[in-house]
Amino acid sequence: MGAKSGIARFSREERTRRAATNGAGVAPNAAAANLDRVIHERTRLAIVSALAVNTSLTFNELKELLRVTDGNLSVHARKLEEAGYIGCTKSFAGRIPKTEYRLLAMGRRALEKYLDHMEALIRATREG
Amino acid sequence: MVPFKAHRPERHPLAIDDRARDNIRFIRETMERAGSFTAVPGWGGIAMGITAVGAAVIASRQTSALGSLLTWVCEAAIAIAIAVWTTYTKARESGTALFSGPGRRFVYGFAPPLLVGVLLTFLLLRIGVYHEVPGVWLLLYGTAVVTGGAFSIRVVPLMGLCFMVLGTVALFCPANWGNLLLGLGFGGLHLTFGAVIARNYGG
Repeated sequence: MGAKSGIARFSREERTRRAATNGAGVAPNAAAANLDRVIHERTRLAIVSALAVNTSLTFNELKELLRVTDGNLSVHARKLEEAGYIGCTKSFAGRIPKTEYRLLAMGRRALEKYLDHMEALIRATREG
Repeated sequence: MVPFKAHRPERHPLAIDDRARDNIRFIRETMERAGSFTAVPGWGGIAMGITAVGAAVIASRQTSALGSLLTWVCEAAIAIAIAVWTTYTKARESGTALFSGPGRRFVYGFAPPLLVGVLLTFLLLRIGVYHEVPGVWLLLYGTAVVTGGAFSIRVVPLMGLCFMVLGTVALFCPANWGNLLLGLGFGGLHLTFGAVIARNYGG
């Protein structure tokens, strides 16, 4: 009974968790399930998903779209950049600096792999 | 025994199953939201604004109230054509389906108030109250933009609110202001917000 309520509480938290989570948003069993930790975190998953349906998005567009803070977005975007999942170009629109992000081939593959993984998990539990 | 199980979530396939579904749903919702982000055709808004300014000029030269209303009905048809075409082009360029999540959501929010506007127009024309038509149009178009754009970037519902303000003004002002207010709304607001969207939100 104790275990059941523990699980229920966790999945409810997971469901209500919005894009604005920090790095601690990685589920504890992510490693056990051999998940791609870079993409598993909610904010990073949101960045990759948003970029998957746009050729490019600026920092401000992503910020408004995902409703995250400047700091949060730049930290997670940098992690994705370091992993080679997204590319970033900095330019100036007049005097205002403009940062533009786009999804790289490696990032697109990572998202596809993640989706496959999720589907496999669902299939496995259905069969088991 | 019980706490031991709690540390082994893989023993609970339902929880993993739920979480996987939740993750997939999250990805899909984010993609839909991100798609609607660019589905808003800013330069389409500018084009609609320009034709509306033209319509305002033509409508002001009409001698009858019905004549100027008919001018605006023609403008509405042109504007709808522009909106559909620019949205379609935009969707194709960004590789998103037009009537997947975001497009459908916008239509579901946008269409009902617009339909009510058409029905009320017929009613007002039948009882001969021509001068109240501009107010009804502005109010219901504004409502349609607010409800349709509720999940889009914030400037979209803001534009809807501005239309509603103009509509409210139209209801309580002299009848001959109607054409000017329609021009300000469908011309001015479309131009202004269209430019803001085109400049700040990538088209």
